[in-house]
Amino acid sequence: MLGVILALLIVPFAAAVACATLPGPAAKRFAPAITVTSGVACFGLVLALLPAVAHRDLTYLSYLRVDALSEIFLLATGFLYAVVAIYTVGYAERQGHYPRYARRLYAGLNLFAWSMLAAPLMSSLALLWIAVEITTIVSALLVAIEDTDGAAEAAWKYVLIASAGLGLALLATVFAYFAGAQVLGEHYNLAIAPLIHVAARLPATPVRLAFLLALLGYGTKVGLFPVHTWLPDAHSEAPTPVSALLSGALLATSFYAILRYYEFTAAALGSGFPRDALLAFGVASLLLAALYVFGKRDIKRLLAYSSIEHMGILAIGVSFGAPVALAGVMLHVLAHAAAKANAFMGAGVFVVKYRTKQMATMRGALDLLPWSGPLFLLAIFALSALPPSGIFRSEFQIVAGGLASGNYAAAAVLVVLVTVAFFGLTTSTTRILFTPAPRSPSMINRAAAAPIDRGEPSAWMVGPAVAGIAVLFILGLHPPGELTGLISRAVAQLGAAR
Amino acid sequence: MDPTQAPGVYEGAANVIAAVMLLLEFGLLRQALARDQIRLYQAQSALISVLAIVIAADRNLPDLYVLAALSAALKVVAVPLVMRRLLGRTDPIEGEEAPGVAGSQTLSPASAVLAGIVLAAIGFFCFGALKIHGPAAPALALALAAAMVLVSFGLMIVRRDVASQAIGFFTLENAISLAALVVASGLPLILETAFLFDLLVAVVVFGMLIRAAHGRSESLSTADLTRLRG
Repeated sequence: MLGVILALLIVPFAAAVACATLPGPAAKRFAPAITVTSGVACFGLVLALLPAVAHRDLTYLSYLRVDALSEIFLLATGFLYAVVAIYTVGYAERQGHYPRYARRLYAGLNLFAWSMLAAPLMSSLALLWIAVEITTIVSALLVAIEDTDGAAEAAWKYVLIASAGLGLALLATVFAYFAGAQVLGEHYNLAIAPLIHVAARLPATPVRLAFLLALLGYGTKVGLFPVHTWLPDAHSEAPTPVSALLSGALLATSFYAILRYYEFTAAALGSGFPRDALLAFGVASLLLAALYVFGKRDIKRLLAYSSIEHMGILAIGVSFGAPVALAGVMLHVLAHAAAKANAFMGAGVFVVKYRTKQMATMRGALDLLPWSGPLFLLAIFALSALPPSGIFRSEFQIVAGGLASGNYAAAAVLVVLVTVAFFGLTTSTTRILFTPAPRSPSMINRAAAAPIDRGEPSAWMVGPAVAGIAVLFILGLHPPGELTGLISRAVAQLGAAR
Repeated sequence: MDPTQAPGVYEGAANVIAAVMLLLEFGLLRQALARDQIRLYQAQSALISVLAIVIAADRNLPDLYVLAALSAALKVVAVPLVMRRLLGRTDPIEGEEAPGVAGSQTLSPASAVLAGIVLAAIGFFCFGALKIHGPAAPALALALAAAMVLVSFGLMIVRRDVASQAIGFFTLENAISLAALVVASGLPLILETAFLFDLLVAVVVFGMLIRAAHGRSESLSTADLTRLRG
């Protein structure tokens, strides 16, 4: 299995280097193929890890470690890397940009995926921080890649706010080391497993401080209120494949970092304190997002607020603490990755088709886009937790866990706010899909000033969405046995720490 | 060597250096020229290296000498150099003094310093109340580091230009380095080096974005970055 893990670290990095360094004509011809191959290969590698990790934790070379919890997040990132890589082929060729743009996009995408795949493989909290910091640096450059005023503004806000947040996360790492060093000695390398092992003997105040700083610091990158402000800007201004990765994989990777702190904090102090903190941040984020999805004009901003909503749901799910809720959280990570990537990829097709991000000018999509229209509708329904999507199952489990653990008020708030968000999300998006396109050419699209033909921009941009919907249905109707085994192991890991 | 004497020297040095670093942070808060801000940052970074050497000598941690050298090379030489280059390139006229960032203050210098004092006091007393200290962690220096973290956040908030905001972030990193040296001096060198390398990459990215922002709007101001809201 060491070979698989090393390949996961090498393949995307090599793909990024190849895309960045190949001479011009060769890059134009091979970069899409390299990226798609790397994406699909990485998803295959992550799947290859699944049977082994479902039974035992893998530790190699003292700095690499895969357990059930990290495998869940690897699965989400690996799947998204594969679908987004395929989507990018269609996206880049439709942009009609100069080759330098395409080269940067492909190289950056591979590097971004590399950093997000590396984060869950790290055995130490320090290396985890470094990996998350690299995700920030790479994704900030990807947000700026469009070279517009909006992109420059979004990238600056993102890099400044996220770096400041990660500064706090670094402080959390320092205090985690301080707590661990009291028991494990000075030359302890912040590895997670020994920290959990001695958790009962850790001093309480530094652990508490480390958890709060980590929650606020990594929470900045998760998009938890009140440190979410970079998120809608970055998601809306980045190229669509990057938005899909940001929302589906990056937010989850940062949430993974919080879960690691949760693991040893709950083991050290009992789960009451970290659960209360997560509940407060989760409810605030969910409330903000549920209200902000109303009245959005920009389709990608709408989806960005929906991401904040789902991250709030994850935080609330963990705060319930019941095993069924934790299982729901794990499933939610996977289902949200598939659904949100699908929604962004659909929105990207609309943006290409209508040449605007404003929803007011997008009309009759169900008719004009025979594939992307219905697929987008399914993705929005999935995001709103309609059965039979995986999100329905996961949110059902989270609410059931909330009721089982006696958190009636929080569970009720969750249900109400999710319903509010459902209305917000569906009213704006169904208008795009079902309102017929106006007949007079001048009304159809002010930017293009020409009638829009029926048809898909590119088959490359449809295929990945079909895969995403298939995954959502599988997760909702009948999750594979190995996956449920993996989820129970991850739940035991999080739940055992109490 | 007298074992009872050694902690005294170290603690004293750590506390004095932390206090001077906090004062420099206040200097940054009221400094009007980007070039002078970089100078203050340089001084602050040099102090971090001095502290690393003191700790290395006092607690017999040879790793920290290497860290001190790397940190000095990066934060005293490389980062200021990169920043000066960037600001030099953004000079409107050749040979003119670097662009002032004085106009970017949202608060008058006096109010900014007052706000800084309030932030520093909050950080100092809250951390003092936590009573985190071990044999290697002087509580006073740690509380000063916490104060510095909050003041550097304040610096990023009250300034409306990309240069000051970037410097604010770098001093935030200095404050965290101070806390790390005080609390976690035994952290393995490879991890410390990785943190530093990461800072370097972040500086390059900040630089690229500063250049991009300047190339678009011909100013370092962030006052116009208000397109994205809601």
